[in-house]
Amino acid sequence: MSLALAVRKSWFEATARARVAGLLDAGSFHEILPPAVSQPSPHLAQLELPGAFDDGVIAGSGRLAGKPIFAIAQEGQFMGGAVGEIHGAKIVGLLRRAAQEKPAAVLFLIDSGGVRLHEANAGLIAISEIMRAVLDARAAGVPVIALVGGSCGAFGGMGIVAKLCSAILISEEGRLALSGPEVIETVAGVEEFDSKDRALVWRVTGGKHRYLMGDCAMLVEDDIAAFRSGATEFLSGWGEPAPSIAHLRASQQALEKRLAAYATYRDGLQVWAALGVAEPENVPMLDRDSLVAVKEGLPT
Amino acid sequence: METLNFCFDSAPVLKGASPALCGVVGSGNLEILIKTGIEPAACRVCIKTSARGFGETWQAVLGSFAASHAAGGTVIAINDMGATPAVVTLRLAQALAEYQGGGQ
Repeated sequence: MSLALAVRKSWFEATARARVAGLLDAGSFHEILPPAVSQPSPHLAQLELPGAFDDGVIAGSGRLAGKPIFAIAQEGQFMGGAVGEIHGAKIVGLLRRAAQEKPAAVLFLIDSGGVRLHEANAGLIAISEIMRAVLDARAAGVPVIALVGGSCGAFGGMGIVAKLCSAILISEEGRLALSGPEVIETVAGVEEFDSKDRALVWRVTGGKHRYLMGDCAMLVEDDIAAFRSGATEFLSGWGEPAPSIAHLRASQQALEKRLAAYATYRDGLQVWAALGVAEPENVPMLDRDSLVAVKEGLPT
Repeated sequence: METLNFCFDSAPVLKGASPALCGVVGSGNLEILIKTGIEPAACRVCIKTSARGFGETWQAVLGSFAASHAAGGTVIAINDMGATPAVVTLRLAQALAEYQGGGQ
């Protein structure tokens, strides 16, 4: 999977529209509420801020390797992909439609810092509605797959949404966490977390760490084609499990064990050593295939 | 935020029917939406920009675009986050090409 840089189309650098166009079968995407017929956020207008016609999210239907799917893509370059009222309503609407029409999957291209603070409670309510809609779609048997590899990662409320999805596909460049690095530093001080230390940020929230921890089902290259083949491969072997109490209990137990094992650690390096990685200091420099080999060789 | 409206004379657009969007409302960038208007020899532009006080610059950049391209019969809506004139000029040409079915 290590492609020559020249033929790679970076997922990280692409716009949401370019990601959708390259992810789905060529020409198959049909956008619901495209920019020409939708309205920018009235909340931002009241604050004298220019909005975006699509309010920073694209929603619609298309095909992935011939299978009918729905897709949602957040635009990280617009207000950090943050969720406002219209943005959230478009996502919720598509997820509810998925629960009714039952496409093969919903692909959720997350690139967001969480709630759009300018829209206050409307943004918070939108996030909680998205959470419910993700779970309802899954309960209806429709897998919701999060694809994380954009510049804003998946933080705040969208970090929770990512974890509510059936599975997460992530690139090394992708990040996943609850509070963002700057938020932690602001609240708890630089001694707690130095958000300027980018290497530390990636060792704690980045795609490799999340994959080694088992938070993400698949690690893919930062390449639109790699996300496409990864999603296709993942869906071909995935059946949405029926919700069960036993499964929830097992997840809870795993999280408790994890907390007990790693809660005192300050850095991904310590966690990787505890996981059984032989040379944890080499992890940041490993390419995707070597890292996957390390993960597969870990004691279970 | 400042809202600016302009109307320029421009030669009728050669073809194009479906609305086209290009760019993103991000720092130093803008999005441009081109739709079909009702006046075949006029290009109407509405701009919402975060940078106040650049009306004359917008008029010069857009006027130059309308004079050098056949953009009559279009309505252009712009959401701007401080794009430079060079970026605006490139995005306008890109948006018009996409409106005419040209792609990127």
